Amino acid sequence: MKTVSIIGAGPAGIEAAYVLAKQGVAVSLFEKSSSPLKNIADKAFLFPNFAAATDIVEQMNRKLLNANITQHLDTDIVGLVHEGEQGWKLTDNRGNSYYSDNVVLATGYTPFDAHRKEELGYGIYNGVVTSLEMEKMIRYNQIVNSMGEKPKRVVFLQCVGSRDEKSGNHYCSKVCCVTAVKQAIEIKKQLPDAEAYIFYMDLRMWGQHFEEMYRQSQQDYGVRYVRGRISEASGTFDGRVQIKAEDTLMGLPLKMTTDLLVLMVGMEASEGTRCLAKAAGICGEYGFAQSTDPHLGDNLTGQQGLYVCGACKRPMSINDVVNDGRAAAFAILEG
Amino acid sequence: MNSDNFHLFVLPFCIGVLFLLIFSVWKYWRWIRGFDKLQRAKIRKNIWTWRFLPAIWEAFREGLLHWRITKKNLLLGYMHRSLAFGWFLLIVVGAVQARLAFPDGHPLWIAIFFNYFEPSYSIDFPQAEFYANLMDALLIYVLSGLFLAMFKKVWSRPLGMKRTTRHTLMDRVAKFALWCIFPFRLLSEAATSSLYGNGGFMTRWLGNVLSSMGVADPAFELTCWMLYSIALGTFFCLMPFSRYMHIFTEVFLIYFRQLGVRDSDRKTGYTMFELSACSRCGICIDGCPMNRELGIVNMQGVYMLQSVRNLELQKNAEPIAENCLMCDRCVADCPVNIDLSVIRRQVRIKNKAAIDNKNGYGYLRNVQPFNSIGRVAYFGGCMSHLTPGISHSMEAIFNAVGQKYWYMDKDETICCGRPLLQQGFENQAFELRRKNTEMIVNSKATMLITSCPICYQSFKKEYKLSIPVMHHTEYINMLIESGKLKLRKDDRRVTYHDPCELGRGCGIYDQPRNVLKATTTLLKTKEEREHSLCCGFNLGNPLLDLEQQTAIRNAARDNLLAPKPDTIATACPMCKKAFQHADNVPVKDIAEIVAENIIKPNN
Repeated sequence: MKTVSIIGAGPAGIEAAYVLAKQGVAVSLFEKSSSPLKNIADKAFLFPNFAAATDIVEQMNRKLLNANITQHLDTDIVGLVHEGEQGWKLTDNRGNSYYSDNVVLATGYTPFDAHRKEELGYGIYNGVVTSLEMEKMIRYNQIVNSMGEKPKRVVFLQCVGSRDEKSGNHYCSKVCCVTAVKQAIEIKKQLPDAEAYIFYMDLRMWGQHFEEMYRQSQQDYGVRYVRGRISEASGTFDGRVQIKAEDTLMGLPLKMTTDLLVLMVGMEASEGTRCLAKAAGICGEYGFAQSTDPHLGDNLTGQQGLYVCGACKRPMSINDVVNDGRAAAFAILEG
Repeated sequence: MNSDNFHLFVLPFCIGVLFLLIFSVWKYWRWIRGFDKLQRAKIRKNIWTWRFLPAIWEAFREGLLHWRITKKNLLLGYMHRSLAFGWFLLIVVGAVQARLAFPDGHPLWIAIFFNYFEPSYSIDFPQAEFYANLMDALLIYVLSGLFLAMFKKVWSRPLGMKRTTRHTLMDRVAKFALWCIFPFRLLSEAATSSLYGNGGFMTRWLGNVLSSMGVADPAFELTCWMLYSIALGTFFCLMPFSRYMHIFTEVFLIYFRQLGVRDSDRKTGYTMFELSACSRCGICIDGCPMNRELGIVNMQGVYMLQSVRNLELQKNAEPIAENCLMCDRCVADCPVNIDLSVIRRQVRIKNKAAIDNKNGYGYLRNVQPFNSIGRVAYFGGCMSHLTPGISHSMEAIFNAVGQKYWYMDKDETICCGRPLLQQGFENQAFELRRKNTEMIVNSKATMLITSCPICYQSFKKEYKLSIPVMHHTEYINMLIESGKLKLRKDDRRVTYHDPCELGRGCGIYDQPRNVLKATTTLLKTKEEREHSLCCGFNLGNPLLDLEQQTAIRNAARDNLLAPKPDTIATACPMCKKAFQHADNVPVKDIAEIVAENIIKPNN
């Protein structure tokens, strides 16, 4: 039976490992951090059904208990090369090598570094946070402004580092639109008196129930939507944030003071994705990995025995990457 | 046979000289009349001062020795020098020689066609032999330059030029005439020598060669002199219509510049001098980022001037003038120091005249000054609003030294006006300048500090403020030097990017470096100071798309990253933003680096 190495213990990697292990394949699962599912660990609820992220994490962790899966935590794979008879050779940052017949790249994404949009004041004004930080606040029930008080107003800004020529990312990160809707609803649930505004270019409610969430957010929770981007943020003397934007539906410039400005940061190829896609010669756009065909070969690559799944190919939601991990596993079993 | 001191063949030369003289005087007179009020006032004020002395020195250094070109490339400098200085000496020594041979005076052409009219001079005056040899040596000097010029046409790299100018037909014909002059002179003198045995070492040798070939013949001699005279005459007649007019014009330009005359936003007589003083050497092409990174070679200084100068080309003047970053790299490279950016702006202003109005500035009325007696005014600039890290750090620095300040564009931002002016919107820029001036004057602030080099250049040069204007790097440097601001030195290694507007624009090179040296380890980069590369995101060029800007930015970034720094430092919000998107090496403004390293006084 052929052996498989999976790089990245996120939802995609774990799902792939689990399916393969169930079929009796010996799987080595490599993860550079000290525990799997790092990116989900601090999530509160997952769209569209507001499932608790902790439940998902628990169920996924249970899948890892399969005896055919060998976990290599704290192992950062930096080298990936095909060596003829021996198959694929993986090298970690400590210089150890691992061999296997097949490799699944599940190295995922990294959130856009909001410091790069300096005009939005992230890292300069305490009232400016990213969507990941907001998710944490929701999860631990600690939605507070920079003074430690309950916010009276929260403003979300979509498309930070996505669909943005200047940052070099022309693509849509897919999940931020609905995440902002979800987070705004959560805020209204926890703090009914707070106002929530979402500044958007256009809202892409592509998934099942998303449109319904969007409608409910307005009708049931009173979330307000403003079409327009925020051009700059500045601090006020009382630790709040003043934003300047244009309401493009009204055709008017506007200024607004808010307790929290939440930047919906997009997805970029993670360091591991960039480095390994380059090493294996499967670089796609924007540092992501490239599959052979988006329809029938989305888990295959130009390299024999090398498979890709999850957000290392393009921005994807959690439910998508789980399915994609499964698909990658079947591609291996087939091939 | 040549004793009557005249022969028909001198006519082309004489006509050429006469034409050149009359035409040039007429041209220059017209241009001088075209000076504007301020320029005339400058001339009136400074004409009776000693300023003509440095002008003479500069004219000698640049017009004849071509010092600035020599500093760029030795061989290129030698080429220009041998042609200019060599020919100049030929004329001067020729005149002295003729004077010695004809103590009672002589017509003008005798000095030029000396060997023809005085074939037996060696017996007439004692140093004749010496002068003949000296003239030959000078001719060799000129011919060596000519040889290099021909070589440069085939392969310009050894002369330090990757690209050379595409000349107009007139320039090419004039150049051909110029190139003919010196070989014909040598041939003519050799032909005379083959008959009479006069001349210096080279002439005599070549004369002997001609004799041995059996071409020692008066008719051949006359033909050669005729050709020489025609070459001279043609060249002189073409001169006012070709690039060679720069030879005289540069001298005038240097003189007027030494008198303090500067170009303004309207085309004046002085502009005409500048247009004509361009030798079209093409040195501006190689350094231009538009050429280096994008391969665009139709808009550099030399072509822009050409389009302004040449009426037929004026329909192209608009795109040529617009497609420029206004980074001033060409101004720094220009060996004639022509104000290329000012002339470019003149064209832009002319182009925008129809759409330039003063409407839409009603919001200015709502902006009010703040009583700032005893405070400094801080003007972050529009771009600093997009890089709040800079203004944030400046506020921290003001607080650290206990300086009270008024952040004048914190909420209601008024642009300094320079971005508009650079695009040619003169009236609108004026409106903004008027409002800002009113605000600053009414606030009674004691000093103006800006964070943006564009604003800095504007406040410094385009406003007429009575209070000192400082860029924050100057201000911080002053604080450090006076001991008011104490900084710790961290272990960061940084490279510094000279912003165009701060460096080439205002000559601020040392203050930022001093500040960085005080708090970090400053690494040298390959192209810095006057030669620094534009970040590409300058507001000068409205035509570039993002990809082109990125290509220019990447070249500048690679230059900064080459010494492997931990941080890229700059002093301009625009440059900061440009590099911020580029790489994972952090990009910081000097103010931010300083603010991170302030040692708080004991409290």
